[in-house]
Amino acid sequence: MKKILLEINNLKKNYHNKKNEIEAIDNLNFSVYENEILAIVGPSGCGKSTLLSILSNQDKPSSGKIIKNKELSIGYMLQSDSLFPWLTVKENALLPMEIKKQKTEENIKNVMNLFKKYGLQDFISMYPNNLSGGMRQRVALIRTLSFNPNLLLLDEPYSALDYQTRLALSNDLYNIIKQEGKTAILITHDIAEAISLADRVIVLSKRPCTVKNIYDIKLENKTNPIDNRKDPKFYYYYDLIWRDLDVHI
Amino acid sequence: MSTFSKEHNDYLKKEKIYKIKVHLTQILVIIGLFITWQILANKNIINTFLYSSPKLIIETIISLFKQNILFSHILITLYEVLLSFIIASSIAFIVSTMLWWNKFLSKVFAPFLTVINSLPKVALGPLIIIWAGANMNSIIIMSLLISVFITIINLYESFISTNKNYIILLKSLGATKKDIFQKVIIKSNTSNIISALKINLSMNFIGVVMGELLVSKKGLGYLIMYASSIFNINLIITAIIILGLLSVFLYSIFSYIEKNYFKK
Ligand SMILES: Nc1ncnc2c1ncn2[C@@H]1O[C@H](COP(=O)(O)OP(=O)(O)O)[C@@H](O)[C@H]1O
Ligand SMILES: [Mg+2]
Repeated sequence: MKKILLEINNLKKNYHNKKNEIEAIDNLNFSVYENEILAIVGPSGCGKSTLLSILSNQDKPSSGKIIKNKELSIGYMLQSDSLFPWLTVKENALLPMEIKKQKTEENIKNVMNLFKKYGLQDFISMYPNNLSGGMRQRVALIRTLSFNPNLLLLDEPYSALDYQTRLALSNDLYNIIKQEGKTAILITHDIAEAISLADRVIVLSKRPCTVKNIYDIKLENKTNPIDNRKDPKFYYYYDLIWRDLDVHI
Repeated sequence: MSTFSKEHNDYLKKEKIYKIKVHLTQILVIIGLFITWQILANKNIINTFLYSSPKLIIETIISLFKQNILFSHILITLYEVLLSFIIASSIAFIVSTMLWWNKFLSKVFAPFLTVINSLPKVALGPLIIIWAGANMNSIIIMSLLISVFITIINLYESFISTNKNYIILLKSLGATKKDIFQKVIIKSNTSNIISALKINLSMNFIGVVMGELLVSKKGLGYLIMYASSIFNINLIITAIIILGLLSVFLYSIFSYIEKNYFKK
């Protein structure tokens, strides 16, 4: 049976500034299961990044509860790769351990294995500015995985990249998450990306966001994100989610 | 990597020749100016008593050198500049770090800094002399007053303009404020810090000469003051030229350090 890793109960978040009070999240409820990829889609500005910043303890909720059923170690990845240009690729990937004071032989070896596994071992002594956008995001992913977190929070990680690169990277991402046995919450504004990668998709309403719908993605033949896009049921979900998002221009 | 195509080598060569051309032209401009100056002086078109001439300046330098006072003046000025540079840089670094560290402090003191910085510090000269005495202390204090506020502001501004994503990333890893300062703020701002220090140095230079003009008994500023009191234009212009050379010298040390230790 699927085990619940994380439960979000009646979560509320308001931001305050001089002029007004901004309700970002209103009464949000959902669970995250172990080893699933959970995609979250929603209109821009609806509170998705806010949710991740609360889950990663950078922000406090105004009210509500987050129940963790297990000691969570969280890897957080943003849209911008945020690699430090003054550090080499390897030094960048080792940065989290340094900050967490977990820079052990074994952890370093793990990172080197990840580099090897994902075809980056020839680039580890280069500086990030000499890498393509796609490679930089791969390095950022390895940095995110470097301290062996069990929950990945991915905030539109590939949205700044071109379509081709994004497709290739989503295959990569999928394989890495599944092979390394991680749980991931993936925020994306790309419906196709959500359906092709995720086990479940949560659709959020406009701000203040609340859960509008949750879909169990049951494709006929689930393989990898690129091929999943050709699945007969792909457009069935696409249509549903598109309707939920109710985009007006 | 080291074997470039012929096209690329040609390109590099062209760039190099271009750079040499620029430098040569710069040198020619300076030499041309001095030659013109000398010719105008020789033909009595300009009055050398008021406007001096390159030849007279060289003679003045030689005589200063023979009297063994050239280097002592230069060294005193250099010493004052470097001393105030070190003190001002340290103070500015500590204060800007504190302001970055504590938002409340920065809210309280930012307006003060802006106001003090825009105050013409020369106006404080007489007061400084009364308080600190007509000695080197006054010169150093003058130099500090002129340099330290602008350097604090420059450093602080660069600290707070650091890429927010770098900070979010570190915070998500549970980094402390100290981690963030050491691993991001300092590292991502090396070029800003260096340019703030460069400005600091020029300000120290200005401050020291101003101080010397006001109070000193030694140094290039003093030499200018002394020369003007006996209406020795040659000496004034000589001192000014030496000041210019000195600042070029200090600046190039800085550029050298920057180029060799901080370039990635
Ligand atoms: N630190 C903050 N202070 C004030 N308002 C904020 C802050 N962060 C986000 N907001 C506001 O909260 C809302 C949701 O933002 P965000 O979570 O970034 O949206 P999304 O990621 O879904 O595009 C927006 O209206 C945004 O302006
Ligand atoms: Mg966002």
